[in-house]
Amino acid sequence: MTGHRLAVLGAGAVGGSVVELAADYGHEVVAFADSSSAAVDPDGIDEAGALDRKERADAVGDGDPADALAADYDVLVEATPTTLGDAEPGYSHVEAALSRDRDVVLANKGPVAERFADVRALERDSAGDLLFEATVGGAIPVLATLADYGPRNVSAARGILNGTANFILSRMTAEGLGYEHVLAEAQDLGVAEADPAFDVQGTDAALKCVILANVLSEARADDPAEAREFQLTDATVEGIEDIPGSALELASESGRTVRLVGEATPEGVRVGPRLVPPGSSLAVSGTRNLVQFEHEHCGQLNLSGRGAGGPETAAAVLADVGRLS
Amino acid sequence: MSDPAEGDGSAGTGGAAEADDADDATPAPDGGERPQPHTIRLELVDEPGQLLKALQPIADNGGNLLSIFHERGNITPRGRIPVEVDLECPPDRFEGIVDALREEGMNVIQADAERYGEELTLLLIGHLVDTDLSDTLHRIEESTTASLADFSLSAAEGTDEVSSARLRLATRSNGTDSAVETVRDIAAEKDLTVIEPLTEGSA
Repeated sequence: MTGHRLAVLGAGAVGGSVVELAADYGHEVVAFADSSSAAVDPDGIDEAGALDRKERADAVGDGDPADALAADYDVLVEATPTTLGDAEPGYSHVEAALSRDRDVVLANKGPVAERFADVRALERDSAGDLLFEATVGGAIPVLATLADYGPRNVSAARGILNGTANFILSRMTAEGLGYEHVLAEAQDLGVAEADPAFDVQGTDAALKCVILANVLSEARADDPAEAREFQLTDATVEGIEDIPGSALELASESGRTVRLVGEATPEGVRVGPRLVPPGSSLAVSGTRNLVQFEHEHCGQLNLSGRGAGGPETAAAVLADVGRLS
Repeated sequence: MSDPAEGDGSAGTGGAAEADDADDATPAPDGGERPQPHTIRLELVDEPGQLLKALQPIADNGGNLLSIFHERGNITPRGRIPVEVDLECPPDRFEGIVDALREEGMNVIQADAERYGEELTLLLIGHLVDTDLSDTLHRIEESTTASLADFSLSAAEGTDEVSSARLRLATRSNGTDSAVETVRDIAAEKDLTVIEPLTEGSA
């Protein structure tokens, strides 16, 4: 594998970790931008300097973000925050890179969850490729496994795809504590964000399942351009906010447990709290994520690991970069 | 994995249709000692005598064979022949039959107790008492083929708080989906939350 020249957009936990770890994986960062500044250097930016400046001054360099997008890179790493609806500005970043025949690796779920058909159309007209392993299940090689084992052979994918929700349900069950109490604890631990809505209402898990459904559906279409497309609005989504501790106790008494389970098939997406039977591999604890494929030849195939985190997700991004020719 | 995938995959074999017909063939008594229909899917090694070896433990353990569908034209990727056996037996004998098959070294892919969950456990959350709990339970039994096998209520701490209940429903083969749907409808009407069981192995 030869090293690639990366432009990294987004300087949050994931973007920052990609910049920090790129050299370990044999790549060079030639541009790095957050929403208001950029560091660009055709000979490779000063990674440590940019990250240090981001921490101290909330800027990664003196340049304009547009400079990063216009830089001379091989691969654009899109790690700006996930947005719904038009998926901007992520979508425009993808469009800019593919129109220049550059490859794109996404950590941002928006473009492939909300505008899958649009980004695939851009990719078809481009010499560049689009990969998005990091959008589903963090460090877990979900999409690469799906691609290797044939998405046509997978009738359903289900899983525990949100570590925050799973942590809250696990703690409530184990400690007999109420939702609000455990949520506050999770926020103190940094497991839940100050505004946890995206996680506890099931939106984040649903976006990941929508991406999986898009991949499963596309694989079955004779013409990929005609494949049924899924968006968040096509998903049936319920969260965990209204689950009282008493319900979890009743579940435990019968040997079961409640988990926020996401299911994706070529026909649809459903996310909601479900009663998981005793001994099920889906009964994972804490922030761990797990994805389970129903495969025609393999039966059940389970993959588990950390579903979030800067270095974890960056590893998935850099694995994608390594897959590019 | 077996049924749905095969049904979708190719120019329709008769497998799914035949299984459905067999399931319709029984009246609908509740539990008791009356024989109940079951479906078992096996995968046989392609060797002489295997089918007989599979059927013997069923007869030996109190099962009455209803039909056998030997899918020779549908060999699995592992080179085995799928066989679907419909049988009836008293409710307490079914597990013994499945165990006996496994002891004989048969590859039991699905036994309907696993596949359809003849028992179904779910949770109801909300203002259960205020919304007339006995009416809720009564209607679930009335409008499904399910009967309430077990019920636990965790009463709310204060009257304003929500309470939770665990229901164990005994459903007939194939009755799980419609039972869940009915519970969902009744719950929606009363603004209750249902936590449904996850059925692995189906899409």
